[in-house]
Amino acid sequence: MPIGLRPVSDARARTFADPQVQAAWSALDCGFAQVADVFEECVKEALAVLSASQFAAYIEAARGLGKLGRGAEPILVFLQIWPTVVATVRGDALAPVLDLVRAMQKSPNGGAIAGFLQTLAPVARRLQAIEQLELYLGLLRELMQRTSTSIHGRHITFPSPSLPVFCRQAPQLLGLLSLGGLRNWVDYGILSHATHPERQEEYFALQSADSRAILQRERHGTLFADVERKLELWLRALWREGELLVPYSTAPLTHGEIRQPMPYYDSQGMRVPDVLDDAMRAGGRVSGLDRYRAVLAHMVGHRRWSTPQIADNWSPFQRMAVEFFEDCRVELLLIRDYPGLRRVFLALHPHPAAAGCDPETTSCLRHRLAMFSRAALDPDHGYADPVLLDYVARLHALLEGGAAGTADVAALALSWVAKTRRQSDQYARIHFTDTVIDYRDDNRQLWRFIEEGDEEEAFDEPRRRTPAEETVGLPPRRYAEWDYRTQSYKPDWASVYEALHPSGEAAHIDRLLQRHAALARQLKRLLDILKPQDKVRLRYQEEGSELDLDVALRSLIDFRSGVTPDSRINMSHTTAGRNIAVMVLLDLSASLNQRVADGGQTVLELSQEAVSLLAWAIDHLGDPCAIAGFHSNTRHEVRFQHIKGFSERWDEAVKARVAAMQAGYSTRMGAALRHAGHYLAARRADKRILLLLTDGEPSDVDVEDGAYLRADAKRAVDELAAKGLTTFCLSLDRKADEYVREIFGQRWRVLDRIERLPEQLPMVYLNLTK
Amino acid sequence: MSSKEHFLINNQPFYRPQGNEVVLYAAAYAARLPVMVKGPTGCGKSRFVEYMAWKLGRPLISVACNEDMTASDLVGRYLLDAGGTRWLDGPLTTAARIGAICYLDEIVEARQDTTVVIHPLTDHRRSLPLDKKGEVVAAHPDFQLVISYNPGYQSLMKDLKQSTKQRFTAFDFDYPEATLEAGIVANEAGIELALAAQLVKVAQAGRNLKGHGLDEGVSTRLVVYAANLVRQGVSAADACRMAMVRPITDDADIRATLDNAIDSILG
Repeated sequence: MPIGLRPVSDARARTFADPQVQAAWSALDCGFAQVADVFEECVKEALAVLSASQFAAYIEAARGLGKLGRGAEPILVFLQIWPTVVATVRGDALAPVLDLVRAMQKSPNGGAIAGFLQTLAPVARRLQAIEQLELYLGLLRELMQRTSTSIHGRHITFPSPSLPVFCRQAPQLLGLLSLGGLRNWVDYGILSHATHPERQEEYFALQSADSRAILQRERHGTLFADVERKLELWLRALWREGELLVPYSTAPLTHGEIRQPMPYYDSQGMRVPDVLDDAMRAGGRVSGLDRYRAVLAHMVGHRRWSTPQIADNWSPFQRMAVEFFEDCRVELLLIRDYPGLRRVFLALHPHPAAAGCDPETTSCLRHRLAMFSRAALDPDHGYADPVLLDYVARLHALLEGGAAGTADVAALALSWVAKTRRQSDQYARIHFTDTVIDYRDDNRQLWRFIEEGDEEEAFDEPRRRTPAEETVGLPPRRYAEWDYRTQSYKPDWASVYEALHPSGEAAHIDRLLQRHAALARQLKRLLDILKPQDKVRLRYQEEGSELDLDVALRSLIDFRSGVTPDSRINMSHTTAGRNIAVMVLLDLSASLNQRVADGGQTVLELSQEAVSLLAWAIDHLGDPCAIAGFHSNTRHEVRFQHIKGFSERWDEAVKARVAAMQAGYSTRMGAALRHAGHYLAARRADKRILLLLTDGEPSDVDVEDGAYLRADAKRAVDELAAKGLTTFCLSLDRKADEYVREIFGQRWRVLDRIERLPEQLPMVYLNLTK
Repeated sequence: MSSKEHFLINNQPFYRPQGNEVVLYAAAYAARLPVMVKGPTGCGKSRFVEYMAWKLGRPLISVACNEDMTASDLVGRYLLDAGGTRWLDGPLTTAARIGAICYLDEIVEARQDTTVVIHPLTDHRRSLPLDKKGEVVAAHPDFQLVISYNPGYQSLMKDLKQSTKQRFTAFDFDYPEATLEAGIVANEAGIELALAAQLVKVAQAGRNLKGHGLDEGVSTRLVVYAANLVRQGVSAADACRMAMVRPITDDADIRATLDNAIDSILG
């Protein structure tokens, strides 16, 4: 075959019987045999949907796609999907789609064209409207432009690593997110992983943890986390149940999972989905919250009234029937207690059509059971089958009788199975439509299996013993971090490990305090004035909040009898008590090893002196006070070291820990502030103060943008303020004006003469607590 | 100044015994022992005391205690009139003089130094010294002291001194059990027993939340309020919301929960 000439088997030569198809084929000018194979079918489908002009544009667009030089796939996919897309969005989105294709073709992203077209039809099905589809196309274009990179200058040389992955995921994502939510999710992915192609790919393939976390946050529907308290209260109010509720993930399935989990309960708590959408059912709209309530009510019913049955001797069909009957029984009992539940159950329960299943070709067992279940709950079920009516009546009669248990209902179910049994129940084709009752749990608590299986070796299987895992330290506590660029939180971003600070020699601190004995005496005088006093009623006041009737009468009597009356006849109340909790948070980063400008002391030593004096002073005041230090080594390791707990006295053990203070690593302020706030917020006090002692601005080795950690620290301070905690910063950095104001607002002080810290720090504390 | 008849209770108050409290109270009165009635708000403490006063045919002097009350408010004080000063007996003194049952409601609300004045009346002395007047009032043989308090919002600040507590015999009251309570509600408000039972069920849902966001459960008094609203023609659901949910909480989650409970119960 001479180079540059078309092969003889060029598909252009193909002929079609239908003249319209033949004309279109000529116009298409396409040489791919695969296309020719399906062309007639595509044209017929297109003609049914498209107008004449649309059809011409369709063929023209396909012709263009065939000449991109990217093989048969783009044109093939386009020809097949386009009529569907037009039909679903009810409009012509051809121009924007072609625009996007052209833009891809011009950039290094041409390889993604086929993938993009492939998922266009399912995406269109999710979006339904042409405006929505255009927004989606815009989103794709933006993603492409922002993630295609260049290594030298202006020309984009590398394709976007995330575009093909994203196109693949798009239909699934749109099933979970609104378009707005999808945009947020995409934005986050681009901003967080712009410089790391592999991470970016993982994010958009929904394989990384943060990707799933953000997805969860943006999902539509009722999030469990938002209604958790409502549900707990509801369980308690209606059912006196204090059971733990544990959400399970309903996020897109990862590889290996075969089906979506169902609600269930075990000794560890009740498992419910982490999100439930509002359900549009025949009976009307059911809110996500009501669906949660239905799920919980059903499980409560089982917990109350169901007793486990031995499953070994029953066939799977029998077990299924028993489950359905038992579900009905507990729901009827629930409705007896709370009649309003019937409305919710019925709204969620499918109403299968009596003739919905053909017993000649399909296994109808599920269908019959679902009809039975409906009829049991719904007085207006409208079924006429005499057997069904008979059994419904028998079930109701059983319940009327009072003491019917799971075993009685199981017997009824078995008799029903025997009576309604059909040969076709064994068929592999099973009728599922309208038989799934999604608020019911998986009934795992209903069964006891005596044998684990039928296999012989199962009998000799040795008991496995799992050795107790050794726990080293506490598991980390994770905190979100604020990203000012996306104006959103990065979930579970920083891991804080906490530990007890190692101990040194307590005598060192005593010597230190001795050196400042004069200062300590001065402080002591101050503290005596500030010592807490109880709430008092102030009587004999010239001016007060109310009249002291007894004193007033006495004065009046004095006045009438000619004696000079006492004019102090009012009284008032005052609260002289102090109820303050303080947490001192020490920055222990490497910069503390620097020396103070004009002295031999290091900043660390100075900080040590200051903390010792402060703790001593607070101990004298009798206010609860805790001390902790922190430093960080990337977001994965923020170390938080306890030096003094709230209930500890300022004693040898604490002094020893202060003596052992050491400096190292970096300053991830936000996470440390949040963790300290976590402890402080648990204290009950009128005033709670978090005092941060630091020598530099927040920084960490894994963050290049200093503004990021500053913004996060500011956010952390705001969060603490919202919890009612006062944060105060003492910065030892002379240049701190620039950033400390940004983080702490008015509540900060820079010690420009760093040597005065031991004097200043206690003063600051006293000012704050006045 | 005040006659015995003035404080007598003429009509029988409606009270349905939850147990043997009527007999026990009568025994305590026969021995002239001071009585303390404890229980959550609105469970019938005051009504019980009223009922017993009627049953025993004794006058009843009730004092609602509050934080601003001083010892003079209980004992009495000098007042001025045209001719000079005049002594006015306080409610406690009056009761001691005429032989009434003196009922100090919500005693913990009063300041602790105030409550100490009742001590001499509650032990073997049975007398009340009036220091300002220089008189010691010996209690009438029929006099009895009854106090009530609600241990629900007991805090360290608001508790009785041990020396006060140990001068009383005590009853522990609680909300009546469901059928009895429904009977009470039906009788008080004149509604049907079945509806009363539903209202009580709503109240019980609220009581289950005590300690989980509610400081105090829905009282029988509120159930009666709701029943009264129903009798005025308000729908049962609205009456429950107005009388039993809105007053007790500002917490949106609890409100939503109880609203749902109402819908579930009333069907």
